[in-house]
Amino acid sequence: MQYNHIYHRKKITALFFILTIAFVLLLGRLVYLMVWRSEHYAALATELHERERSIKAARGQILDRNGVVLADNKTVCTISVIYNQIQDPEEVIQVLSKELDMSEDAVRKKVEKYSSMERVKSNVDKAVGDRIREYDLPGVKVDEDYKRYYPYGELASKVLGFTGADNQGIVGLEVVYEEYLKGEAGTILTVTDASGIEVERMGEHRIEPVPGNNLRISLDRNIQEYATQLAVQAMETKEAESVSILVMNPQNGEIYAMVNVPEFDLNSPYELPEGMPENISSEEKQNLLNNIWRNGCINDTYEPGSTFKIITAAAGLESGVVTPESSFSCPGFIVVDDRKIRCHKVAGHGSEDFTHATMNSCNPVFITVGLRMGVAGYYEYFEKFGLKQKTGVDLPGEAGTIMHKMEDMGNVELAIVSFGQSFQITPIQLLTTASSIINGGRRVTPHLGMEALDSDGNVVETFTYPVTEGIVSEQTSATMREILELVVSEGGGINGKVEGYRVGGKTATSQTLPRGTGRYIASFVGFAPADNPQVIAIAIVTHPKGVYYGGQVSAPIIRQLFENILPYLGIMEYNQ
Amino acid sequence: MAAKSRRKRRKEQTEYYFDYSLLFIVIFLLGFGLIMIYSASSYTAFQDYGDAGHFMKRQLIAIVIGLVFMTVVANIDYHFWERFYVIGWGVSAVSILVVLTPLGIESHNARRWFRIPGIGLQVQPAEIAKLCMILFLAVMVCKMGKSIRTMKGFFTMMLMPLPIAAEVYFITSNLSSALIIMAISLLMVFVASPDYKKFVIMGLAGIAAVVGVVAIAVNSGGDGNFRFGRIVAWLNPESQAQDKGFQTLQGLYAIGSGGILGKGLGQSMQKLKFLPESQNDMIFSIICEELGLFGAIAVIIMFVMLIWRMMIVANNATDLFGAMLVVGVIGHIAVQAILNIAVVTNTIPNTGISLPFISYGGSSVMFLLIEIGLVLSVARRIQLREM
Repeated sequence: MQYNHIYHRKKITALFFILTIAFVLLLGRLVYLMVWRSEHYAALATELHERERSIKAARGQILDRNGVVLADNKTVCTISVIYNQIQDPEEVIQVLSKELDMSEDAVRKKVEKYSSMERVKSNVDKAVGDRIREYDLPGVKVDEDYKRYYPYGELASKVLGFTGADNQGIVGLEVVYEEYLKGEAGTILTVTDASGIEVERMGEHRIEPVPGNNLRISLDRNIQEYATQLAVQAMETKEAESVSILVMNPQNGEIYAMVNVPEFDLNSPYELPEGMPENISSEEKQNLLNNIWRNGCINDTYEPGSTFKIITAAAGLESGVVTPESSFSCPGFIVVDDRKIRCHKVAGHGSEDFTHATMNSCNPVFITVGLRMGVAGYYEYFEKFGLKQKTGVDLPGEAGTIMHKMEDMGNVELAIVSFGQSFQITPIQLLTTASSIINGGRRVTPHLGMEALDSDGNVVETFTYPVTEGIVSEQTSATMREILELVVSEGGGINGKVEGYRVGGKTATSQTLPRGTGRYIASFVGFAPADNPQVIAIAIVTHPKGVYYGGQVSAPIIRQLFENILPYLGIMEYNQ
Repeated sequence: MAAKSRRKRRKEQTEYYFDYSLLFIVIFLLGFGLIMIYSASSYTAFQDYGDAGHFMKRQLIAIVIGLVFMTVVANIDYHFWERFYVIGWGVSAVSILVVLTPLGIESHNARRWFRIPGIGLQVQPAEIAKLCMILFLAVMVCKMGKSIRTMKGFFTMMLMPLPIAAEVYFITSNLSSALIIMAISLLMVFVASPDYKKFVIMGLAGIAAVVGVVAIAVNSGGDGNFRFGRIVAWLNPESQAQDKGFQTLQGLYAIGSGGILGKGLGQSMQKLKFLPESQNDMIFSIICEELGLFGAIAVIIMFVMLIWRMMIVANNATDLFGAMLVVGVIGHIAVQAILNIAVVTNTIPNTGISLPFISYGGSSVMFLLIEIGLVLSVARRIQLREM
C-alpha cells in the first residue's frame, strides 16, 4: 500500500472531530434559540400571524321613564367577498346582484377585484343576509352588525340624537351618554397566512364584546307624543316657523317632554326634507342639516319678554321693594331718564296693585320695580337666580345667556330688561329659573338621564344632579304662586286655565329682532297644581301668522297639554 | 447467536465490503427531506401550482435519477475516473460560463443555473464544479506526493481550484459555493499534509480576518455593499426586519416558536408564506418549528453519523486516492450542512446555501448522490479482513 501513512488516518479522525465540534456548537446555538429565546420569538411570531377583527358591541338602548324603548339596535349584515376563496365567480355575481338589488357590473367589479376581502354592501337587512348565507357560496362572507334604530322615527329627534357609521353618538343624548351606551367592542383573533388568508385549522380566538348600558331617561313617550301633536297642530294652524314645548317637573328637574317641531327622522338623519334645494355643495348641505338638528330649547336663545316678569316680580318681592299690595298707577307709559317707554295698553291700566299689574302684564309697573332695585340690585338677583350660568342640562351645546354687562347698564337698559327684552336666554333657562321661583327657592338642574341599567335591567348607576337652595325665600315663592295663579284664573293667561285644576302661568309676546318687521314670538309658561307645582311647561311659537299674542297662541297649547297630562301624571282634581 | 455471526462473518470475508449503514443514513435523510419538503411547500405549492405535492414530486424524480447515478458510480471502480481529472477541471470552468449563454436562467437576481436543452433539466454548474474539484484535488494530492508538505505544495493545491471558485463567485455571484470549493480544498490539503501548526496559524489568521471584515462592515453602516449590508443585518436582524434581516428574522421566528418539542409535523405557521424559501435554504427552520429542538438534534446527529461512516471508509480506503475522494465528499457535505445551519440560526451572515439531501433542489441532490456513489465505490474496494 502506497497509502497508509498513519498521519492520514489521524488527520481524517481530526477532521471528523473538528466538524463534529462545529455541529455541537451549532447545537448549542439551537438550544439557546429554542429554549431561552423561544418565548420571545414565539410571541413575535404570534403577533405576526394573528389578525384582529373587532366585533361591535351592542349599543345600549335608550328607554323612556316607563321603559318604552326609544332607541334600539337592529341587526344588519355586511356582505363581503374573499377573492381567493371564490370558486364560481359567475354564480356569486348573479346571486349577489339579485339579492342585493345591485347591477351585475357593480358586483362584478367587487368580485373580480384582487384583494384579501372586498365589502360589497353594508347595512343589508338581516333577512337578506340570511338568504345569502343559505346559498352557502364559498368566498361570500355575511357578517352581522348592529345599526341604531329608532322605533318612533321623529319622536324627540333633537333630544335623542343619532349615531354615525361606527355607531358612535353624534348629537343629542347619544353623544352625552356615549360612555355608558357604547359598550366595549370585542375582538376575533384569527390566524392568517402572510397574505391575510385565514388558516382554518387554527380556529378563532374570541373576546366577547360587552354590550353598552341601557339609559333610562325622564322623558315620557306619551307626553312627548302628545306635546308633539300639539306643536305640529299649532305650527300648521298658525303657519309658524317653529314651535317648541318643554315640559318639566319643577321639583326635581326631570324633563318629561322636549319638543321642537319641525323634528327630523332619526332613522335617516342625513336626508334633507322635501322642498330643500338639491344641487348644493356638501358644505351647504351640512349647514342645513346642522340647523335641522338644532335643539331650539337649548341651543338657541331668545328674548323672553313678559314671561321674564316672573323673575322681576320675584326679585322685587324678595328684595322688599314691592309687595303684592303695593299700589301703582299706569298712565300707558313711563319716562325713564329721557326715554318714554310705552305700556302695551296705550290707554294705561290706571290705578292697580302689584298683583293686578302682574295679571295685566303692565310694563310701567315692572319698570318701576326694576328701577327701585337699581342696576346693582337687579343685577345681583339676575346672577343669584343663576341666569348668567348655564342650567347644566345633560344635552350638548347649551347656549349661554346674552346679557348687558353691569357697567354698561343705565336706567333705560334696566327698565327694558325688567320686562324681559334686550337680552337673550334659552327656553330651558327660563323654565329652570321659573321652577326655582315657584318650587320654594330650589334651583334644580334640568335633566333627562335618570339611570344606567345593565342588559338585565339592574341599575348600574343612578345619576344625581346638583340643586342650589335658597334662590328665593319660601314666602316669596308662595306669593309668586298665588300671583301667577291669578294671572291664569283672571288675568292675561286666562286661556291657560284648565277646568278643575289650579294652574299658574305667565304669557309673553315678544317682538323679534330686527324690530318693526311684525314678527313675534308668542310664549306661555304654565305650571300646575298652582299651590304645589308638579309640572311646569313652556310653549314657544316662533313667528306665528295672524294673532300673535302669547295669551291667544301659546296659552291654549299648554291648556290642552295640561288637560291631558295632569290626569295622566296622577295629579288629581281638587278644585275647591 | 455466536454460530450465526460466525457463519455470517465467514460468508462476508469472501466478499468486498459494502457500507449499508452509510446508504441507510443517506436514504433516511432523503426520505426525511421529502416529507419536510412536502410539509414546508404544500401550502404555497397548492396556491401557486394547484398541486400540494408539486415540489415534493419534482424532488422525488431528482432523487430517483440521482439514485440511479449513484448505483452506477458505486459499481464502477473509482480509479476509472482518475484519468478525467484535467477534463473535470475544464468542464467546471466551461460549464459555469454556460450560464452567460441564452441557456442560462436568471432567478433571484443571479444567473446560477442553465437548462440542458431537450430534457429541460436545470443544472447548477457550481454543483458540477464541486464534484469535479473533489476528483481533481484527490488526483493532485496523489501526484504531488511528499511535495505537498512544503509551503509551495500547499499553495499549489490552494491556487489550482481558485480560478473555478472565482468563476463561481464572480459569474454566478454565488459566494457560498465558492467558499465551499475553497473549504473542500483546504480540508483535503489538511488531511494530505502531516503538519498541524500551519493550519492552526491559518485558522487564527482567518478568525482575525473575519473580525476585521465585520468591523469594516459595521463602520460602513451596511450601505453601498450588498454583502456588508448582510453583515449588519446579521448582527441585529430586528433592526432591518423589513429589509435585509427579513428572511433571517422570519427563520428565527420559526426556530424560536418551535421550542423544545415543536408544533408537530405539518403545523408550521411560518411556512404559510411568511418565510421565503421555506422548502429550500430555510428548510431547517421549518424542521425546528415543527419538530422542535429534538427534531433539530436528530437531524444533526444524522449528519454527524453520515460523516462518521465516511470517516470509517476514508480511514480504510485501499489507497490515498480513494481516501482523498472520500475526504473531499466529507468536506463538501459537512461544510455545506454546517454553513446552512449556521445561516438559519443567524450564527453567520445570511448567504444562500442549501441543506444537503434535505433542501429542495434537483441538481444539488443528484450531484450529492453521485458523490455518495463514489464513497460507496471506495468502500467496496475495502477487503474486510483488513479492517
